[in-house]
Amino acid sequence: MNQDQSPWRYAVNIGLIGALTVVMLSLIGMVESFSKRDIIYRVVTMGNTLLLLTAIFLSYLAAKKAGREHAATAVGSAILTAVITAAGVALLVAIGKTINLRMVFINASPVLYQILTFYIGPKGIPLVLLGGLLSGLAAGLLFLAPPSIRKTIITALSAVVIAGVLQDMLRPVIALWGPLAKINLFLFAANGLSIKGAIGLFVVVAILVYVWGQKGSAVKTKVQGLPAGQQRNLKLASMLVLAFILLVLPKILGLFLSEVLTIVGLYVLLGLGLNIVVGFAGLLDLGYVAFFAVGSYVVAILTSPELGFFSMNFWTALPFVIAAGILSGVLLGVPVLKMRGDYLAIATLGFGEIIRILVLSDWLRPWIGGAQGIGQIPNISIAGYTFTTPQQVYYFILAGCLLVGFISWRLRDSRLGRAWMAVREDEDVAQAMGINLVATKLMAFATGAGFSALSGAIFATKIGSVYPHSFNVIVSINIICLIIVGGMGSIPGVIVGAFALVGLPELLREFAEFRLLVYGAALVAMMLLKPEGLWPDVKRRRELHIDEDENVAEAEEATVSA
Amino acid sequence: MAILTTKRLTKQFGGLVAIDNLDMEVKESSIHSVIGPNGAGKTTLFNCITGFYRPEFGEIDLAGHSLVGLLPDQIVRLGVARTYQNIRLFPALTAMENILIGLHTHLKARFAGIVLGTPGTRKEEQKADEESSRLLRFVNLTGKGEQLAKNLPYGEQRRLEIARALATDPKILLLDEPAAGMNPKETQEMMDFIQHLRDELGITIILIEHQMKVVMSISETVTVLDYGEKIAEGTPSEIQTNPKVIEAYLGTGASAADAAA
Repeated sequence: MNQDQSPWRYAVNIGLIGALTVVMLSLIGMVESFSKRDIIYRVVTMGNTLLLLTAIFLSYLAAKKAGREHAATAVGSAILTAVITAAGVALLVAIGKTINLRMVFINASPVLYQILTFYIGPKGIPLVLLGGLLSGLAAGLLFLAPPSIRKTIITALSAVVIAGVLQDMLRPVIALWGPLAKINLFLFAANGLSIKGAIGLFVVVAILVYVWGQKGSAVKTKVQGLPAGQQRNLKLASMLVLAFILLVLPKILGLFLSEVLTIVGLYVLLGLGLNIVVGFAGLLDLGYVAFFAVGSYVVAILTSPELGFFSMNFWTALPFVIAAGILSGVLLGVPVLKMRGDYLAIATLGFGEIIRILVLSDWLRPWIGGAQGIGQIPNISIAGYTFTTPQQVYYFILAGCLLVGFISWRLRDSRLGRAWMAVREDEDVAQAMGINLVATKLMAFATGAGFSALSGAIFATKIGSVYPHSFNVIVSINIICLIIVGGMGSIPGVIVGAFALVGLPELLREFAEFRLLVYGAALVAMMLLKPEGLWPDVKRRRELHIDEDENVAEAEEATVSA
Repeated sequence: MAILTTKRLTKQFGGLVAIDNLDMEVKESSIHSVIGPNGAGKTTLFNCITGFYRPEFGEIDLAGHSLVGLLPDQIVRLGVARTYQNIRLFPALTAMENILIGLHTHLKARFAGIVLGTPGTRKEEQKADEESSRLLRFVNLTGKGEQLAKNLPYGEQRRLEIARALATDPKILLLDEPAAGMNPKETQEMMDFIQHLRDELGITIILIEHQMKVVMSISETVTVLDYGEKIAEGTPSEIQTNPKVIEAYLGTGASAADAAA
């Protein structure tokens, strides 16, 4: 897409992209399956929302292309884009009604056409186009609205959509809150939000966002104006609040969400470990799951009475687990020391597979159970208190995450962290600065592997058994993706990435068949729109967005001088 | 007096002899230039001294230590630092971090000390920060410490690269075309700076440079390479009148005045 394309031309182009997108979403069955869930009871379904969001997002882009100075063109091209997108739906219905598309597209069912035409058949086509026109108009106006209003509306609408999508999660959670449980009656109907609930939620969130937008910066400057001592107290207080929230979280969230949290937590542990290898030291390791497997199996072998070799308790086994992880990290590190980039990736990929196939093999079956794995791994207990339910294991994983996060954070701004970053940036020069490449790389592999083994050990005790198929290469890929999505080298990024790529899919299990599609689309979108990740390292953000910052600075200067 | 000597140093790439039987002696606290046409083997010489290449034959001796066979990180610990012809900073790190990495060899923090935040580690970090700020000031980059290296202007990147090399506390500093791509004024500033380095810090400087005016004005000794061989060595004035040098640079029949220009 070249820069000096006319906005109309651009609007048509992305309108066509939109049309293709909505047709695809319909034909793969996503719209139909999403339509079973109402966002607002009997008003809007998730399927509608999906189509609407596509149209609104693309027409917003079209309006942005036209620019704020040409208000009429902006609204016009937004409408054009949205109408073309809607025309895609209309065309699909028209074709589908005349030719039987089902021979090729099994999801092109009569129900789909009913959904696409608001349940009134082909007569609904003009309505579809009208819908496109309105959503284009909405996107155009949204673009022209002052930023504070736009932000308010977008956040409030997102809140409504999220509440609607996650209704099955939220309802039981709110029900746990004793006197507050009545919110459920107000917010939710039989399927989806009630109309008054949706409006209420929208208004509350909108007011909060708007007020924060107006007063937020004033509060911030006021805080910065406070004397250092008070600022520290404030920081301490907010830390305490955060700690309190983390502690009571399982109680508020209930069993299912706590389970999700523990899974996310395990991935945070893994992510923090791999972040040291990939994010800090720049060593692309695709076989990271191997260390997770080592941790799980070592704890299983040492503790499980099923095998009866050692029958240690978790705490006696833990040092061995970490040592085994570190050792395997070094063992992997030594042969690949001289490799860089893609070669390293392939070699480590091989290592991951070797471990998986080893634990699966009949040869080692008498010791590690082969395909049947090892069962009866005892739960973790401290001084007679056993961590059994997800809500209890949560605390253990939380402690692990805090410890590993703290270690990562300390390492990042240290001699060691800088050596890793130097190796990442330019290995030859790093060596010419006196950095011992062998020791530095092995240290990165060993640290990452140690964290991963810890995560594996907790995983094994949480599940109570280990199987080879838990250590598929897809786990490695998932961890890499969550690091990239969160922001390479960023510690909070790992947490955000784990929630986005592990937590969210767990919550949306009923749509699991579209999981990989959404995953892929999200990754592509991330790389195009926010390559530095969701919560990047401060420096990295500067690195990738320096031009924008400069533009903003220039624009500000220009307005000041004008 | 000689701090660095090479004896019969030879480096080959397949059939190409990049450095051929080079005997060279660098005096302590001198500014020693290495010149020669493109492809004469100047940068290869630097790569051999810093351990990036391993010579096929010959000796490199730094104040009694043989450098042949050592790794680059071992050599930098012995006090040889360098800059690169095409600047090689750590582009995505800040100026400050670049220098801190240069200080790597002088820091001792270990894994446990870092994680536990022992007083020793903290003190060392604080000292390293002070030292980096001092070096930034020294190369006139005060206040630019938080900028990413790649966002600095060209001349400042050159100076930052020198500061990073200085952070390793070298006895010998190898500068590979430090004034490349600079205008006459910037070049003059760079030369003043190099002279200042030697006079203030007593560091021995080996310099590769193409701008003859620069070379002649600040060097005490000049070594001329052509096709890997040393064809001349001496004071700038000796080199300027050496017929072999003139021939190598300009072909037969050219005058000494042109070579000097």
